[in-house]
Amino acid sequence: MKKKAKILMFAGALLPLLLFVFPLWKITLEAPQYPTPLGMFIHINDFTDANPHDIKNINLMNHYVGMKYIPEAIPEFKIFPAGILITTIIGLLIAWKANHKWYLYWFILMVILSSAGLYDFYLWEHDYGHDLDPKAIMKFTNPDGSVMGFQPPLFGTKDILNFKAHSYPQLGAYSLGLGMGLSLFGYLLVRKENKKLKTA
Amino acid sequence: MFAVAAVTMFLIGCNQQGKDSNGALSSSAAEKVYVAPGEHDEFYAFISGGFSGQMSVYGLPSGRLFKVIPVFSQDAEKAWGYNEETKPMLNTSHGFVPWDDAHHPDISQTNGELDGRFVFINGNNTPRIAKVDLSVFETTEIIEIPNSAGNHSSAFVTENTEYVVAGTRFSVPIPQRDMPIKEYKGNFKGSLSFISVDPEDGGMDLSFQILMPGFDYDLAHPGRGASHGWMFFSTYNSEESHTLMEVNASQNDKDFIAAVNWKKAEEYIKEGKFRTMPANYAHNVYDESTHTATSTMKKEVRILDAAELPGLVYLLPTPKSPHGCDVDPTGEYIVGNGKLSSDLTVHSFTKMIDAIENERFDGEAYGIPILSFEDVLAGSVKQAGLGPLHTEFDGKGNGYTTFFISSEVVKWKVGTWEVVDRQPCYYSVGHLMIPGGNSRKPFGKYVVAMNKITKDRYLPTGPEVTQSAQLYDISGEKMELLLDFPTVGEPHYAAGIAADIVKERSKKIYSLEENKHKYATTSDADVRVERNGKEVHVYMTMIRSHFNPDNIEGIKVGDKVYFHVTNLEQDYDVPHGVSMIGANTSELLIMPGQTETFVWEPKQVGVWPFYCTDFCSALHQEMQGYVRVSPASSDLDLSWSLGED
Repeated sequence: MKKKAKILMFAGALLPLLLFVFPLWKITLEAPQYPTPLGMFIHINDFTDANPHDIKNINLMNHYVGMKYIPEAIPEFKIFPAGILITTIIGLLIAWKANHKWYLYWFILMVILSSAGLYDFYLWEHDYGHDLDPKAIMKFTNPDGSVMGFQPPLFGTKDILNFKAHSYPQLGAYSLGLGMGLSLFGYLLVRKENKKLKTA
Repeated sequence: MFAVAAVTMFLIGCNQQGKDSNGALSSSAAEKVYVAPGEHDEFYAFISGGFSGQMSVYGLPSGRLFKVIPVFSQDAEKAWGYNEETKPMLNTSHGFVPWDDAHHPDISQTNGELDGRFVFINGNNTPRIAKVDLSVFETTEIIEIPNSAGNHSSAFVTENTEYVVAGTRFSVPIPQRDMPIKEYKGNFKGSLSFISVDPEDGGMDLSFQILMPGFDYDLAHPGRGASHGWMFFSTYNSEESHTLMEVNASQNDKDFIAAVNWKKAEEYIKEGKFRTMPANYAHNVYDESTHTATSTMKKEVRILDAAELPGLVYLLPTPKSPHGCDVDPTGEYIVGNGKLSSDLTVHSFTKMIDAIENERFDGEAYGIPILSFEDVLAGSVKQAGLGPLHTEFDGKGNGYTTFFISSEVVKWKVGTWEVVDRQPCYYSVGHLMIPGGNSRKPFGKYVVAMNKITKDRYLPTGPEVTQSAQLYDISGEKMELLLDFPTVGEPHYAAGIAADIVKERSKKIYSLEENKHKYATTSDADVRVERNGKEVHVYMTMIRSHFNPDNIEGIKVGDKVYFHVTNLEQDYDVPHGVSMIGANTSELLIMPGQTETFVWEPKQVGVWPFYCTDFCSALHQEMQGYVRVSPASSDLDLSWSLGED
């Protein structure tokens, strides 16, 4: 059983590497005049078009309400890949040498780092949706009189003016989640076996 | 409830009985042509504009007009022939000719089936062949035809688009020279031109011309299947008359269908049996990456003389000045639509080959063997109507022929030659079109009849009323009139194709990265204004919703200002337009990723605005700019800006 858990931990540590292949997240914008919706994939090291020129066209839409252009690169594109590489190496070391409790510690580390990543993403989104050019062509206010923001949802679907915005994780995020799950599962397997041994 | 329904049915029934047979469009007819909002038509129809010089694109069965593609006529809407890029497309040996008479579209084929890559169409007046590229629905090539006049028996393609043919309607002195018109007979000549089409890029080249007797060559269609390698041309005026033609060209009981063995012609070319004749004709090519056309004058043409080269051409006697010359999907039957007759004459390809092999000739005309009428006749459709003009086929063993004088479409059986059905046309039908009708594989679902006269069929619009197309359902034994729809100009002929073959290839935008226009400005960093003596070049960009630059100063009266404007958009269906007050030209309508140029020669001092002419966005009305024009003597330097206070 320990061998099985070890394999799970190995797999769990390796799976997040798929983030270098598959996107982490996708934001899709639907509107009547976009029969093919505009879309943007968020990778750990890049923003890419869902269809050719989508980001350019999202920027063009957004400039009416004074939103900044989606940047070519952000600091996170350096930090996230490094984080993934480091945690993978740590995970592999744990799988190779360490005892099962370390599986749980790795899992907790990953939860903390992922949450930090999500929070960072939220902050960026919030800034992107609220830090508007004061000379914006069109200014909208909420019913309470405050300036309307255009922050896309972190997760889920939201109506923003004429657009319906969808924000959902992609294969990369699922790989990360599955990897974390495997490490936890490995830990639980060994714990259960140890308990059995003790009671026996 | 039931009672109401019953009474309603009864009333409708009475109402239908009260009308004449043509007027009662049943609800099923309406359903058959109804294409719901947002849905697509099943077929494209490319309908020639005749004297409009253009080609229009319709959907079938709805009859909705999608686009008028400018071909031979200047079109201010799209700046065709007005902007610097497309002016060369209308260049000819006679100089810039801003109009033509566009007659017969034909879609490119592979293995005898429509491949949907190109539509070819002829300019009748100043002989030209144009090619429309169906990835962009734009005219991308025009080649002038020398030694021709009234380029009518064209533009028909062979089974693998090896050639597009262009036969002359009017025979002329070849080469042109100063001579008495009365000496027409024996001195005027006809020419049949074979324009090769490059299988890769579709590039056209006038490969050779066949010199023919001085008849009028009216229409043509290619052989297919067994008769692949042959092209058939109908002729009239075998009398070789030159005046009062309506009488003098209608005297012979029979004219001819000229059967041209173009494979043999290729052999003669290979053997060097041609003579090279000096010529002068324009070849105009629009390059999609430079968004610019170039015009090159070609100086010679290879001539094959039908009188001197045996086996190249045979003449099939065909009654009464045939118009349409149509080949059935199997390639066996060649239909001569003798327009002054009530019968249709059908020749057999097998019999023709047999007669040729056994040298059963019935005389000759200028050295070209004439086959005997009885030897090549497959049969005739007797007393089918008055004035047969043109026939197409449904691929299910039926022919459909238009009769101009009796104004009807007649359906008949290939092989038994019996008339199956007839339906009236409103009025005076010319050609008809079944999608894929000139191929091995027609889509035998609809036929479109193209009428010359409409009189009372639509709301009146003064003395000039629309010409018209009529759509018939031919899926059943009897034809059913489904729809009338108005056309652009005169619909001489059309070509139709299943939409699925074409629509996936239709381009959405031009890639900015691939824009190789000499004056393109693909980034705002390159925006500038340059002076070269009195010539000023403005390198301008446009994107929602501004021009860059939008303020220009330092222009002087007497300058020649070139606005080279690049649309930086890369989104589907976001063109921008631009127009300058007082510019002696049209607007530009620029597609995403494209660059176009207009010239403005300011004549008055002042500050003059320009603006976007296509409602592009919510800020379209704000998409505008100013040019300051100073006196010719001013020493104000050029300056330009965007967004500076």
